[in-house]
Amino acid sequence: MTSLRPGRSGPPDGPSIRRQSPRYGERAVMALLLAAGALSVVVTVGIVVALLFPALDFFREIPVWEFLSGTRWAPTFADPSFGVWPLITGTIWTTVIGLLVAVPIGLAAAIYLAEYADPRVRKVLKPALEVLAGIPSVVYGYFALVFVAPELLNDLLHVEVGTYSVLAAGLVLGIMIIPTIASLSEDSLTAVPQSLRQGSLALGANRMRTTLRVVFPAAISGIAASVVLGLSRAVGETMIVALAAGTQAQVVSSPTTPGQTMTGYIAQTATGESTPGTLTYNTLFAVGLLLFVITLVINIISIRLVRRFREAY
Amino acid sequence: MASIGAVATAPLRARKAGENSPASIGFLVTLWVAVAVAMICLLTLLVTAFVDGYPRLDGALFTRYSSRVIPETAGARAAILGSMWVIGTTALLAIPLGIAAGVYLEEFADEQRWYNRLIEVNLQNLAAVPAIVYGMLTAGFALAIGLERRVVLAGAIALSLLILPVIIITTREALRAVPAEIRQGSLALGATPLQTVWRQTLPSALPGVATGTILALSRALGEAAPLLLLGGLVFVSYDPNGLMSGFTTLPIQIFSWTGQPQEEFQELASAAIIVLLGLLLLMNALAIIIRNRYQRHW
Repeated sequence: MTSLRPGRSGPPDGPSIRRQSPRYGERAVMALLLAAGALSVVVTVGIVVALLFPALDFFREIPVWEFLSGTRWAPTFADPSFGVWPLITGTIWTTVIGLLVAVPIGLAAAIYLAEYADPRVRKVLKPALEVLAGIPSVVYGYFALVFVAPELLNDLLHVEVGTYSVLAAGLVLGIMIIPTIASLSEDSLTAVPQSLRQGSLALGANRMRTTLRVVFPAAISGIAASVVLGLSRAVGETMIVALAAGTQAQVVSSPTTPGQTMTGYIAQTATGESTPGTLTYNTLFAVGLLLFVITLVINIISIRLVRRFREAY
Repeated sequence: MASIGAVATAPLRARKAGENSPASIGFLVTLWVAVAVAMICLLTLLVTAFVDGYPRLDGALFTRYSSRVIPETAGARAAILGSMWVIGTTALLAIPLGIAAGVYLEEFADEQRWYNRLIEVNLQNLAAVPAIVYGMLTAGFALAIGLERRVVLAGAIALSLLILPVIIITTREALRAVPAEIRQGSLALGATPLQTVWRQTLPSALPGVATGTILALSRALGEAAPLLLLGGLVFVSYDPNGLMSGFTTLPIQIFSWTGQPQEEFQELASAAIIVLLGLLLLMNALAIIIRNRYQRHW
């Protein structure tokens, strides 16, 4: 035992295994790895900078207060007006309708998969939900425009909607986020220890009571986080609302009317003519900044929720 | 665990202790209905696209360019090629960066350091940033460095940034599943930490990394929102031929065709949807095959 390091010829270069050759190549690789990790921070800073500067140019011309409280959105009219409230109401309507669809169905599917389903049924249903999650949002948009609005709502359910409505967009948005809510909620339901279920059943509760009174509350942090993540996806989703909600920026007061969301406005303006430096271009980034801030707040709430209500088993 | 559960619930079920009460049955029926609704939505969506698009799923779709005026003979050639260029470039950009960042965070980062915690929190946030915001970032970035924003490279940068958090997260999960003994054995034999990662840990985690990466790329393939910000090149009538070439992709082409008032364009859109879904199915099948065939269980 002359050398502590095998695979090395020649005399040992020291008595201690801590003394090694400097390995500059490895240090360089480590630095590269750290740089790759740090890139995510650079991206965040980049997002803030990229949104903030054009938005600041915008707010130099239009006061922040006028932007946030105005109720008329007409940036390209001869008599322009930059009140963002119509876009916000459009976003609220589609998001709320979407969550009304996705939360009950998603949670019910999660409970069924975690607590009731036969393993054979699970083997079919889980991949089917993954397929639903993998369908591109532009396909959902097509579905909303070509099937949900004319055939499902008008012909089948006799709800009078035009080609574009926040109702059709919201319903399909809901279908799109069902898998998000279902699979995350199912994960947190299956993470609840079996002993809690056994205790409840041993005390004479049936499966429904066990599920609703014991398992569901125990998994509430994960379930809440899944709903909040669904909310953030609904707010940020673009293609469905750009295709099916319409391009009329108006304060939406009924679900059967068309309306434009924040993302819908960005998509519409971006595909049109927008030269960097113009007010139209800066408007885009002001709305984008608002969208980013809203989703950031939602995400922070989600992370907090998980931390606060996490039950450690 | 499962067998204990079975023992505990078996006598209850035998006595039907309240399992057949109206409330209980109503609850179960509600669950069934919810699951059925979700499945019916999925089926309807697929059937609608297929029935509408099947008649237009012909050779012209793959060989002809899009047209503003004659939808009957228009095709998605430029969009299909554009999607391949953009996704290929995205893979080249995002995979090495994502795996490097994942390796750093999982294998080397000291969680006590403030900058590593910052990266962690930041990743959680980035994963939930709306896709369209990545398009705005790329548009701003392209403007700042003087890059034309309507080119393949800009599109690939936008999609890379979008899927980077996903690749990082799946890489970390795959690395975490590799048992510590593998690393300890390698280190004990005298390998440096980096040699351990390169020769032992990463190869062991490769099936998991590959599966997650393919799924992330399939998300990029279907995503249109960030690319909308890079300019409305929709009626492209040439083959993209490089990183600096103008492009359109399948999702953008579908978006544009769906928005047209003529019915023929919508048929064309659904035919393109079938192609897109077919490509996604191929990628997902590949991911599942890799997962089933090469995934190791320790």
